[in-house]
Amino acid sequence: MDVQTLTYLIVGVTFALYIGIAIKTRATSTKEFYVAGGGVPPILNGMATAADWMSAASFISLAGIVSFVGYDGSVYLMGWTGGYVLLALLMVPYLRKFGKFTVPDFIGDRYYSQTARTVAVVCAIFISFTYIAGQMRGVGVVFSRFLEVEVDTGVYIGMCVVFFYAVLGGMKGITYTQVAQYCVMIFAFMVPAIFLSVMMTGHVFPQLGFGAELLDASGNSSGVYLLDKLDGLSTELGFAEYTQGSKSMIDVFFICGALMFGTAGLPHVIVRFFTVPSVKASRSSAGWTLLFIAIMYTTIPALAAFSRVNMIESINGTDGKGIPHEQAPNWVNSWEKTGLIQWDDKNGDGKMQYSKGEANEMKIDRDIIVLATPEMANLPAWVIALMAAGGLAAALSTSAGLLLVISTSVSHDLLKKNLMPHISDKKELIFARLAAAAGIVMAGYFGINPPGFVAAVVAIAFGLAASSLFPAITMGIFSKRMNKEGAISGMLAGLLFTTVYIAYFKFINPSANTSDNWLFGISPEGIGMLGMVINFVVAAAVCRVTAATPQSVVDMVESIRFPKGSGEAQDH
Amino acid sequence: MSFESEDTAKKYWNENIKLVVSLLTVWALVSFGCGILFVDALNEIQFMGFKLGFWFAQQGAIYVFLILIFVYVKKANALDKKYGVDE
Repeated sequence: MDVQTLTYLIVGVTFALYIGIAIKTRATSTKEFYVAGGGVPPILNGMATAADWMSAASFISLAGIVSFVGYDGSVYLMGWTGGYVLLALLMVPYLRKFGKFTVPDFIGDRYYSQTARTVAVVCAIFISFTYIAGQMRGVGVVFSRFLEVEVDTGVYIGMCVVFFYAVLGGMKGITYTQVAQYCVMIFAFMVPAIFLSVMMTGHVFPQLGFGAELLDASGNSSGVYLLDKLDGLSTELGFAEYTQGSKSMIDVFFICGALMFGTAGLPHVIVRFFTVPSVKASRSSAGWTLLFIAIMYTTIPALAAFSRVNMIESINGTDGKGIPHEQAPNWVNSWEKTGLIQWDDKNGDGKMQYSKGEANEMKIDRDIIVLATPEMANLPAWVIALMAAGGLAAALSTSAGLLLVISTSVSHDLLKKNLMPHISDKKELIFARLAAAAGIVMAGYFGINPPGFVAAVVAIAFGLAASSLFPAITMGIFSKRMNKEGAISGMLAGLLFTTVYIAYFKFINPSANTSDNWLFGISPEGIGMLGMVINFVVAAAVCRVTAATPQSVVDMVESIRFPKGSGEAQDH
Repeated sequence: MSFESEDTAKKYWNENIKLVVSLLTVWALVSFGCGILFVDALNEIQFMGFKLGFWFAQQGAIYVFLILIFVYVKKANALDKKYGVDE
């Protein structure tokens, strides 16, 4: 069978599986729709959360980014895993004990204020929308590359599938579908990585191959460490040393922080921990989540290094003099057809040359690093088909999780808790489904007509989460004194500072977006961490000069600080 | 109130805070410390085929994060039991 047929087959089978699971586990009450009935075992919830967390960008692009920027890519690796330590230690157990459905629920109740709830709802919806537009685009891109349909058609197919299982299944359907999606995704990612590791270093675990000596052509150890080789190649070609990177230390520090604190403030991640049966289960579930994420995130940098060496040597040759184009490996030819690799024979010698600066003849898209690994490792066609299914699983699982936050925010936080407090459970469920459907249509629209600012707004999503939701939630748990005036003014100050800073450099005056103009040398990607500090400071200052928190709220804070008496997540 | 007295409630919370603060110190040390601030100094040290600072930034920090969460799970559950506030 050829690659095309195999891809249709494998993708078709996985889609049938997801839909089958969704029908079997469909939600019948708001509680099942919002928090899967509160009975998901911690390990399964860990897998589902990991699938929810790892998006099309993690699956397809992250290894490529790390591969091209080396050490600088560490901010994503540490930032997107380190946030889970904060979640586990500072938030998850307490929010689980609190036992309601959403993040705005907590902020609204803890700060006894509709205004606080509304600010939180707006943040939650905005963050989720910025994220989901990129996911739908990812679905379209995977479809177009592997199945050779139009990107738009790919988006429509993706919309239909997500529509089916998110609207029908709610959190319950999504959770069990995501467990299946995690398995597909991790298998698809690990198989080529392991083969590449064995081929280049003889180690089965990519994490060990990463620090091992390269094998020479006859399969014996060459005595040169992979990373030393890579440092040498990078400097020879005019790039910064692979293990050094080129960003300033303060910028790396702040970007890493913004990603960590942002992760811990993302509503679609936090809400996952409302689905487990107890406080104890929520703690271990956070650990399982990070374990399942770490399997992929410790493989990513290894894969990045293997592919980089492989790629450079396939193009420049082992002697660095360039390989004649007609002798190029198959993957170079096949990806040239898609335009992701371009060769421009500037000096007319018929050989390919990759380097920094003028002499460079190759234009290589970063996504190649993951997409072409099966071919680099000479793996059979079914592995390539599996990559397509893995990329789709990553994009669909994240989209579904985000859609749920959007629909919950609308039906529960806006309608039930604000505008229509007396609607019945049944009606609320209908509204939740309608909101999810509307969310899919909007996400699909952005997927087909991608706004040019998608990449830029992801920085805003993390910045907003770090500078608004994270401080409000942690202060709500760890300070009894913090009152509504403090929390609201803190959130607004953090939000305002972060949004204005990012908007200025990304939209209003993009030409000024250089390190000389940045405040303390912090790029817009990292400014959320400073926004968070501002939030804490403003909140503490305002809180000192305003009225104390009411006794009922102090009692509530005391009661969420220990696990005993936690029921299942509930409405009231 | 599930505690015997306000005093034990306070003791429980203080022990909990101590646990969280000590684990978060390690968290900050391996990521912001070893992975970023001291990365150049640590890169002088060779660890298998890695420069140590680089290893922390792309591998080690993640392993430590994992250990931290599971240590927390174990200790926090034990703390709940000790004060009789487990579920």
